[in-house]
Amino acid sequence: MEFIKPGTKIDFLGIRRFAFGFSGLVIAASIISIILHGGLNYGIDFAGGTLVQVKFSQPTQVEAIKENLASIGLDRSLVQRFGERGENEYLIRVEKSVSDLGGLSGQIEATLREAYGKDGVEVRRTEMVGPKVGEDLRKKGILAIVYALIGILIYITWRFESFIFALGAVVALAHDVMITVGAFSIANKEFTLPIVAAILTIIGYSLNDTIVVYDRIRENRRRMRRESFAKVINASINETLSRTLLTSFTTLIVVVVLFIYGGGVIHDFAFALMVGVLVGTYSSIFVASPIILTWQQRK
Amino acid sequence: MSRNLKWSLLLILFLTAVALIYLAPSVIGELPGFLGRILPRDKIHLGLDLQGGMHLVLEVQGQKAVESYVERVRGDLKEDLKRKRIFVPRLERVNGDQLYLEVFGGREEFDEYIKNNYPILEEVSTQDQGKYQKIIFRIDEKQADYLRRYAVEQALETIRNRVDQFGVAEPDISPQGSDRILIQLPGVKDPQRAIRLIGRTALLEFKIVDEEHSLQEALKGKVPEGDVIMYQRREDPETGRVSRVPFLLEKKTLMTGEVLKDAQVRFDDFNQPYVALEFDPRGEKMFDRITAQNVKKKLAIILDENVYSAPIIQERISGGRAQITGAFTMEEARDLAIVLRAGALPAPVKILENRSVGPSLGKDLIDKGLKSIIIGGILVVVFMVIYYKVSGAIADSALILNLIFIMGALAGLRATLTLPGIAGIILTIGMAVDANVLIFERIREELRLGKTPRAAIDGGYSKAFLTIMDANITTLIAAVVLFQFGTGPVKGFAVTLSIGILASLFTALFVSRVIFQVLLARHMLKQLSI
Repeated sequence: MEFIKPGTKIDFLGIRRFAFGFSGLVIAASIISIILHGGLNYGIDFAGGTLVQVKFSQPTQVEAIKENLASIGLDRSLVQRFGERGENEYLIRVEKSVSDLGGLSGQIEATLREAYGKDGVEVRRTEMVGPKVGEDLRKKGILAIVYALIGILIYITWRFESFIFALGAVVALAHDVMITVGAFSIANKEFTLPIVAAILTIIGYSLNDTIVVYDRIRENRRRMRRESFAKVINASINETLSRTLLTSFTTLIVVVVLFIYGGGVIHDFAFALMVGVLVGTYSSIFVASPIILTWQQRK
Repeated sequence: MSRNLKWSLLLILFLTAVALIYLAPSVIGELPGFLGRILPRDKIHLGLDLQGGMHLVLEVQGQKAVESYVERVRGDLKEDLKRKRIFVPRLERVNGDQLYLEVFGGREEFDEYIKNNYPILEEVSTQDQGKYQKIIFRIDEKQADYLRRYAVEQALETIRNRVDQFGVAEPDISPQGSDRILIQLPGVKDPQRAIRLIGRTALLEFKIVDEEHSLQEALKGKVPEGDVIMYQRREDPETGRVSRVPFLLEKKTLMTGEVLKDAQVRFDDFNQPYVALEFDPRGEKMFDRITAQNVKKKLAIILDENVYSAPIIQERISGGRAQITGAFTMEEARDLAIVLRAGALPAPVKILENRSVGPSLGKDLIDKGLKSIIIGGILVVVFMVIYYKVSGAIADSALILNLIFIMGALAGLRATLTLPGIAGIILTIGMAVDANVLIFERIREELRLGKTPRAAIDGGYSKAFLTIMDANITTLIAAVVLFQFGTGPVKGFAVTLSIGILASLFTALFVSRVIFQVLLARHMLKQLSI
């Protein structure tokens, strides 16, 4: 079976201006969304605060939970349903983080127990992150992404003996990161620690695709000495196209399965990977290599 | 079959057997009898997010330790100066860790005395007021630094003791940075109680109740010199209402929990639990002296600035025993005895981060994760067979072996499997076939050039090799960075991702190729099904 027939010759470079424009547009949309939302929607990992996941034995309403919390002055807390409707699970998020021993989660638990009965409510998870830790984690997250990019820059420069290839790869990766982060902002999803992990995975994954194409370019350059650089690139992208799409497809299969069956916490993680795999595949075809050509021509 | 091929096959079989042996305890539980004794018994270690438990980050407020040290120095200095007849009417602790003095008369004698007896004091400023001088001291930075570091070490030790006595299987308590302590307690069912046990300072103090002065006057703001007001917190067991009863105490602490030898829960005649204290020889002497000097006065027993009880000293007590009573529940009394035995924290702690997961949630997550692995795995396996036929099946067997290796490695290396870690495994399934896809596409290209199956396979593997290495090493770079920066669950993800990459390199490049070669050697592949 073959999806992409051998000898396929799509002129990817011919439409590179269109592709760059498209990428630019999506990135602009991401940035605008982030600005309009007043920054990223940080989860408590980064913003600090308290989160309690509760499961009720009887169906209840968000409003009812809020009313109960109002009695301890937490009327401004965020309550949302978590997981499927029949599971009666809710997330309660409060911006405050309390560092004394009694803790806010204890108060929330006591209040809900009083309202719903001792066996009517089960606290399944509590998280409290102080503002200091939140800031630390934010810094660490950004540093992690930056260090990963630098490490990759060095490795590719060494392996391909060309800084321009490395730069092309890193621009493509930055492109993927920005769009994935933007997608989170547009979908108004919370930005948490596992999402940073997802982004780093996307970096590694999208690079896979890019390197496969670069490897082909290096090989074809030796073989097609007479041809122009543009032709070499185009041929390389076409020859690896089947593999690029196939791998993305198999990865996408499992990520979609994760998205559907993984449950609450994994859901957003899988969403990030889904966006990342799609964008990463796109960028390794339409951004990473064409941008090298653009730079080459400028010289 | 060539000798080389035989060895390769043996290696694969050997590694598979090793992985399965490490995996066995996690799948079928403990092996019976003889096998159980010689083979590994460790199950795959589950992270706190999967098995339930508590993750705590505490900050030791080392500055508080410095402040209480300065307070002690103030007390000592005051008495020493009095004895030396150096006239210093005011001596106070200010700005937390500084001492403020008003010195009359000659500075020389005073300076000489400080230099010889309190070398740790550093002069910050002096103001000449004519008749007297206002001086501010602080303790030198080296000493303060030492105190802060010592406070963290001591807190670490104390918390370890408390957790040990509380009884938690496989706790992990380690310093983090300069002033933080990371505590991981798997399987803790009542996180609130654990926090109270770990985080409370548990500073036990004995002070004399001042009955010569009026408590009412003191409450109005006229606290006599050398006295302090402290409260007793009382909770009505029926209504749950909390009231605070004030006490007027002499500021001076006569004794602290440092001199305790043991603390045990006992029951009184009404079957009410109380905590029985036993002092060490030094404490026994101190207690003996204190009770002898203060007969008919009230002795307040204070824990963390809360007055627990203030019984009247009927007579001199020389046995070195005392008790703390209060309306305790059994649990409270037990926890109190634990913290008293383990000793006080040298400085209060603040909770910076607290994540607790109940056991039922973890089970849910594992179920969902396994379901995703199975469904995702089956879809990928089926797709590969449809797309690459027999070769796809070969890649599939490499993939299944890959999963066995990952799980075996997780158990063998005692790595921790977390929720993102499960996601990492699932992701590996998707990415592991990538290497084989690369190779197969190459083989197809070679076949199109008219090569024989054997030559096409050799060409495909050797040409794809470098590409696959490059692609995986860069992913590995990302995984290593993740490991360096991540905490808990994210670290678990980095570990499974790294193991997954290494395992899939082995299975995709080596195992699948050996299978091809075996089939070729048996002449089962005249036509490559790819």
